Amino acid sequence: MNAPAAIEVRGLARAFGEVRAVDGVDFAIREGELYGLVGADGAGKTTTVRLLAGLLDPDGGEARVLGLDPRDPRVREQVGLMPQQYSLYGDLSVGENLHFFGRLFCIPRAEYRRRVDRLLAITRLGPFLDRRASALSGGMYKKLALAAALLHEPRVLLLDEPTNGVDPVSRRELWELLYEFVGEGMAVLVCTPYMDEAERCHRVGMMNAGRILDEGAPAELVARFPHETFTVEGGAGELDAAARARLHPVLEAAPEVVAASPAGPTLRVVVRRGAAGALAGRLAPLGARLAPTRPEFEDLYLARMAAGGAA
Amino acid sequence: MTPAIRVEHLTRRFGAFTAVRDVSFHVEKGEIFGYLGANGAGKSTTIRMLCGLLAPSEGDAVVAGHRVSREPEAIKWRIGYMSQKFSLYRDLGARENLEFYGGAYGLGGRRLRRRIAEVVELTDLAEVRDVPTGELPGGIRQRVALANAILHEPEIVFLDEPTAGVDPVSRRAFWRLIRHMAEAGTTVFVTTHYMDEAEYCARIGLMVAGRLAALDTPAALKRRHAPGTTWHVEAPAILRHLAALRRLPGVVEATAFGRGAHVRVAEGAPTGEAELRAALAAAGVPPTLVEPVAPTLEDVFLAVASADEQAAGTAAAWEDPA
Ligand SMILES: Nc1ncnc2c1ncn2[C@@H]1O[C@H](COP(=O)(O)OP(=O)(O)OP(=O)(O)O)[C@@H](O)[C@H]1O
Ligand SMILES: [Mg+2]
Repeated sequence: MNAPAAIEVRGLARAFGEVRAVDGVDFAIREGELYGLVGADGAGKTTTVRLLAGLLDPDGGEARVLGLDPRDPRVREQVGLMPQQYSLYGDLSVGENLHFFGRLFCIPRAEYRRRVDRLLAITRLGPFLDRRASALSGGMYKKLALAAALLHEPRVLLLDEPTNGVDPVSRRELWELLYEFVGEGMAVLVCTPYMDEAERCHRVGMMNAGRILDEGAPAELVARFPHETFTVEGGAGELDAAARARLHPVLEAAPEVVAASPAGPTLRVVVRRGAAGALAGRLAPLGARLAPTRPEFEDLYLARMAAGGAA
Repeated sequence: MTPAIRVEHLTRRFGAFTAVRDVSFHVEKGEIFGYLGANGAGKSTTIRMLCGLLAPSEGDAVVAGHRVSREPEAIKWRIGYMSQKFSLYRDLGARENLEFYGGAYGLGGRRLRRRIAEVVELTDLAEVRDVPTGELPGGIRQRVALANAILHEPEIVFLDEPTAGVDPVSRRAFWRLIRHMAEAGTTVFVTTHYMDEAEYCARIGLMVAGRLAALDTPAALKRRHAPGTTWHVEAPAILRHLAALRRLPGVVEATAFGRGAHVRVAEGAPTGEAELRAALAAAGVPPTLVEPVAPTLEDVFLAVASADEQAAGTAAAWEDPA
């Protein structure tokens, strides 16, 4: 727990014209820690990553990566970055792109082979070494970009929405891989719109309008959750499509409800603590009842954002 | 009733590689049809053929009454297409994008103005209609792209990963729109990697390496492809201890799920709560939670994708260029 901070950010700020993209952010990430930044698009996640990668200058506060200014060239080779947008050469094949990054970071040949084999196995890109990057499917491209960022096994890894468009099987495998690297001491900052991924981070910062609203271990944040979560059931447990369509607007309009959403064959609803009785009374005449369920990280996110993202 | 889409032995090759192989299915009018599959499984390639943008190598499809092989142009007027790649003019606002697309679809004058007003209202874009789309948050930009795709009142819309990278609040808003469109009679053909979204689909086709490996309602897919018992397990750093679970007798699948893992155990196997707890305790991480849960579509996806892959071999998509 006392590992040194690999990333430290204090009062970090950056505006673009009128827009305060990052507006006084503080956090620290230790070696061997996986830290997640979650929030809607425009919350300031990408700007934070770009500041930490030394691609952008702050106009307030400061950032330290491995104790140095992120723009210091000595930091660059210790940091891996996977930007949200295109980062590969479309005209080069999968193999050539990897080779290019291997040369860029002067990875010895035997070591390069070992790492590439491991990354190709996990990304399932092995059979496509000769395909041009521009002819890859959307998710295959993302996986290649992630492999390129991991190739030099940096001490600090910055991932900006690395798994958008990546399929559920590969997403799982990539997370298992991240855990291995983190177990070896890598510090990882990952921005993600996937709440199940947020739950897999050691700590999470929930970001909105340039600020971090809440921070902590996912389990702690869920334990502190002030509301209660239920699924809505009908006579036979599940609801049919017509019942879901009928009940959903009722839930959204009910003053006891913080957030309501479809969840497979039922509806899931976050209710103000102590107000479940009143809501149950509203639902009974409609043939529906509430069944308690454990809150998930996504419930927390929805409730936080429904509250207008106010701190 | 004639289906909205009828796909017959559709195949597409790129050189020696077969991206879509002998795929057949149909989609009913007004249905929300989900098309799922791993990266590179052939979803976007199928959609591009159904939209008349890419010619099939073999097979054919009838979309809104027209054959893609013979009348690809006619299809364009009857369908809307939202591509996986960003396809808006970034320096134009939503309204200007709509005016431009409307012109391309031969809409003009009063009809165009009426339609723009309607789709702006439907997709809730009134407040941002003049902001350059390049400056909009991704979730809103996706709604602009949807507005474009439905401007000419198509009877079928193809949405290729419309919610990739969109946060949970905007995703819900987007799906509310999809449901409204379907209720109003539009056929929706949608791809996604979010398995919770797939639950909203009436039926789902699951692609594996270019083939259609399964097709059914979400409930039927779960019954058929995720048999046995699914356990939700939570323990510290569980992702580093999945191997210990996979070694237990009858464990078919052990994978990350939310803050824990899902472990699926075959019917009748001698692995239950006690055995799962013991295995993790022996690995030094006594679980904080072990409980049986209903399988999700994610469990189905994992089961179908891995079973098919093992049967076919990952490299089987390659064949001789003969
Ligand atoms: N022009 C092309 N030349 C060569 N191969 C291609 C071309 N277009 C697509 N492919 C290949 O066809 C396969 C299917 O691609 P497609 O884009 O249909 O996948 P997808 O299911 O949409 O995947 P994703 O979930 O990643 O979007 C991939 O292996 C891809 O690399
Ligand atoms: Mg695709």
